Amino acid sequence: MQLARVIGTVVATMKAPNMEGMRLLIVQPLTRRLEPVGQPVVAADALETAGPGELVFIVGAREAAEAMPNRFVPVDHAIVGIADAVEGLADGGSAAGSREPGKAGKKPRKPRKAGR
Amino acid sequence: MKLARVVGTVVSTVKSPVFDGRALLLVDLLEPDGREAGGYLIAVDTVGAGAGETVLVLDEGTSARQIVGAPYGPLRTVIVGIVDAVEGPAAGSG
Repeated sequence: MQLARVIGTVVATMKAPNMEGMRLLIVQPLTRRLEPVGQPVVAADALETAGPGELVFIVGAREAAEAMPNRFVPVDHAIVGIADAVEGLADGGSAAGSREPGKAGKKPRKPRKAGR
Repeated sequence: MKLARVVGTVVSTVKSPVFDGRALLLVDLLEPDGREAGGYLIAVDTVGAGAGETVLVLDEGTSARQIVGAPYGPLRTVIVGIVDAVEGPAAGSG
């Protein structure tokens, strides 16, 4: 699984029958320091709640289809979680995964955004 | 399987049900000699791995679901072991 940022949506009227009703989002894969890496991909939103600008994590290959309500669908990338925070661990290398490195160890483990 | 080092966590409330109650750890992929190989994964912890530890990461769905005991679900990357030592020429020790 990798971190990614939702950067757009895809509207497709004609698509494979199993894909009807599926939310398709464009996501930019990120490094763990939240820098863009590689090409954006179209991912199915298994959560039905991810929106533009949101930090998510995606899974690729056959496991992407496993995320969907119907497991036998033509999907190769899926959004399987919304990342509320990415935290570096106290003695885990550079701890640069956190967006606020100085506060990494003190932050309470609860979501930042209300309503999620 | 891959060698990796635990460097962080991902906090998530909205996620696929298969991840409920499981720690999602950020792991940096490693060369056998301990250098960073470039790249990282988000992995489900099954062994109680801690910060900075070198771990064995499995990145294949069927095996991952077997270990966790979930027949279905988008589970693919799991930490399956804590590495005590890597020995031999590849590790730069032989």
